[in-house]
Amino acid sequence: MITEIDKNYIREIINTGKRADGREFYQFRDIEIKKGVVKNAEGSAMVKLGNTEVIVGVKMEIGEPFPDTPDEGVLMVNAELTPMASPEFESGPPDENAIELARVVDRGVRESKAIDLKKLCITPGEKVWIVYVDIHVINDDGNLMDASSIATAAALQDTKIPKLEGDEIKRGEYVGNLELRTIPIACTVVKINDNLLVDPDYEEESVTEGKITIVTISDESLCAMQKSGIGGFAPEEIYKAIDISIEQGNKIRKKYFGE
Amino acid sequence: MRMSEEKRFDGRKFDEMRELEAKANLVERANGSGYFRFGDTRAIAAVYGPVETHPRHLADPRRAFIKFRYNMAPFSTKDRNRPGPSRRSVEISKVIKEALSAVIEREEFPRASIEIYAEILDANASTRCAALNAASIALAHAGIPMRDLVASCSVGKVNGQIVLDVAGEEDTEGEVDLPIGYVPSENKIHLLQMDGIITKEEFKKALELAIKGCKVVYQKQVEALKEIFKTYENEEVGE
Amino acid sequence: MEENNNESKLFVEDRKIVVPGEVLAKGIEYLPGHDTYKINNEIRSKILGLVKIKNHLINVVPLSGGYMPQERDGVIGEVVDIQPYAWLVNINSPYLGYLSLSEGVEEFVDLAKSDLTEYFDVGDVIYAKIKKVTKRKDVLLTMKDKMCRKLRGGTIIRITPAKVPRLIGKGGSMVETIKEKTGCKIIIGQNGFVWISGKNISAAAKAVLMVERESHTTGLTERIGKLLEKELSNVDKGDENE
Repeated sequence: MITEIDKNYIREIINTGKRADGREFYQFRDIEIKKGVVKNAEGSAMVKLGNTEVIVGVKMEIGEPFPDTPDEGVLMVNAELTPMASPEFESGPPDENAIELARVVDRGVRESKAIDLKKLCITPGEKVWIVYVDIHVINDDGNLMDASSIATAAALQDTKIPKLEGDEIKRGEYVGNLELRTIPIACTVVKINDNLLVDPDYEEESVTEGKITIVTISDESLCAMQKSGIGGFAPEEIYKAIDISIEQGNKIRKKYFGE
Repeated sequence: MRMSEEKRFDGRKFDEMRELEAKANLVERANGSGYFRFGDTRAIAAVYGPVETHPRHLADPRRAFIKFRYNMAPFSTKDRNRPGPSRRSVEISKVIKEALSAVIEREEFPRASIEIYAEILDANASTRCAALNAASIALAHAGIPMRDLVASCSVGKVNGQIVLDVAGEEDTEGEVDLPIGYVPSENKIHLLQMDGIITKEEFKKALELAIKGCKVVYQKQVEALKEIFKTYENEEVGE
Repeated sequence: MEENNNESKLFVEDRKIVVPGEVLAKGIEYLPGHDTYKINNEIRSKILGLVKIKNHLINVVPLSGGYMPQERDGVIGEVVDIQPYAWLVNINSPYLGYLSLSEGVEEFVDLAKSDLTEYFDVGDVIYAKIKKVTKRKDVLLTMKDKMCRKLRGGTIIRITPAKVPRLIGKGGSMVETIKEKTGCKIIIGQNGFVWISGKNISAAAKAVLMVERESHTTGLTERIGKLLEKELSNVDKGDENE
């Protein structure tokens, strides 16, 4: 619970050009990435963004392709805001926030064409690999979007394709890695008192006047965007947010994804 | 490919919109209603409220609670659209709700709620834009105080070309779809979603084109609203 | 291009339809009135409505929308709930009217001996005045004003609250005409509830709805007269046949 006094304090500090935790406006919190944290998953990663923590697990299953893409595997992204992670999360089916989170991460991966879905076809029109990406929030201290995006990229990079014997998946035996062609990284830029900031923590999120998530890929193109929250952006602010996102995306890719 | 250097699949110029149509006052029982059409994409929206908020715990003591539902009629798509909320419609409802919430003077209605329902009757791309446009008209028609209308349209990238108001094959074959919601008086973007690979330079060009399109949409919305009360102009009113 | 930013300018004429966000005027000479807002030295409309310019004050009058309680309005409402010391009244708005015991009844009431339903029960219709509207939109009603009372018998019809001034007419001319010709008692709540009682309720109700529907057209008073003549002669014939 954040009181009005807290909110005013956060705004006042930002007006002086600083942030409550001492960061620069365009500075992420410390990022920690651990891959392979779940034994049973074909790929997994834990990401800490300051105190925000998410685990992404990738499970590979066999299923039918979509009728309009008979020779392609299927990507499914789901997010669960578990009641454990915040007093504001409730159990039950995913709410609009969880759905938005999953769908923006999904678009980042899908539209970047990071996964060659054609390589996940087993029998055209009949059998393909389904890549289930499940985002599990452990602790919400703000900016779940970027934490989930980074964790998803790391988990997919960690993913191995299981061995198949007929229709049976030999769990624990692998034929190779799920290769990523590019690393899509989301960067969320928020506006507080007309200042643009990256990676808002939970308290900063409570005073944002709108946020915009921009997913960039290795060649500095954009592959997905989502404005959310109440509040608008002038075109120049969006262009600025794009510059920031490209820069931050490059930094993260270089430092954590070996690019 | 039927797209040439100058023309698009359906013969439009790159910066040309489909035929637009806007109307107000179509749902008798509602406090306000609106309709918007981009070519074959048609949306109708109705507003109820401000009303008491139910369930009570949703009531905000400082401002109105805004409820928005985007829904596609089962017959509006090529394959029948299964009734009920989908993940897609939940996400669209959220972003449209946020765009409208930003212009509604919510502080004038503490504890109350304003309910907005948009139905897609026929879908050929840009359905969320049509829904947002119809909802803006409906809110104004319902007498809800708001700082401005939100006008919406989409741009796309098709065969490397930036085009206004994607439709038909452009929607299925295009590389990028970028719907925006624009508030002219502030020159601000209140809805923006994008998918597909685009460079920063292309994005700038696309956004500029989208804003140009939104200004055309805005004129249509204004005309529709003025039309319903046209006969009231210049009247004498008793006090 | 030469432009003097301090210059005041009006962008709309009086009695024109405007939409939310439309620029009405700029500069310090003009004042933002009802349902307008000022930003960057410009006055814009908040609503779809009719511009009313009085001297330098710019108002926009709504043409649609629900009723929002205003202090000093006379409203008609139905008692929908009773609390230990108050009545809750539906006044056709998102906020219930709150009629406290002390504002509802003149005499001393000993709650140990009597019951609030003896004064107003659920389902009773009252004409009350709005004494106060708080910032959080608590609507405090009072019966301590002229005309305030329980309305017995008759019928209630609803009209768009924005049309109430038209039903009243200039100096009350419209409603007086209907009252006179039908012999009905008519009480109009600012909230759009209209109470009609008397012998020719149906004729009066038709006239009220005609005003709501056609208030903006010319020659309305004449048409109301014709409508009432026709309606009332039908009633007479009906009586003869009985």
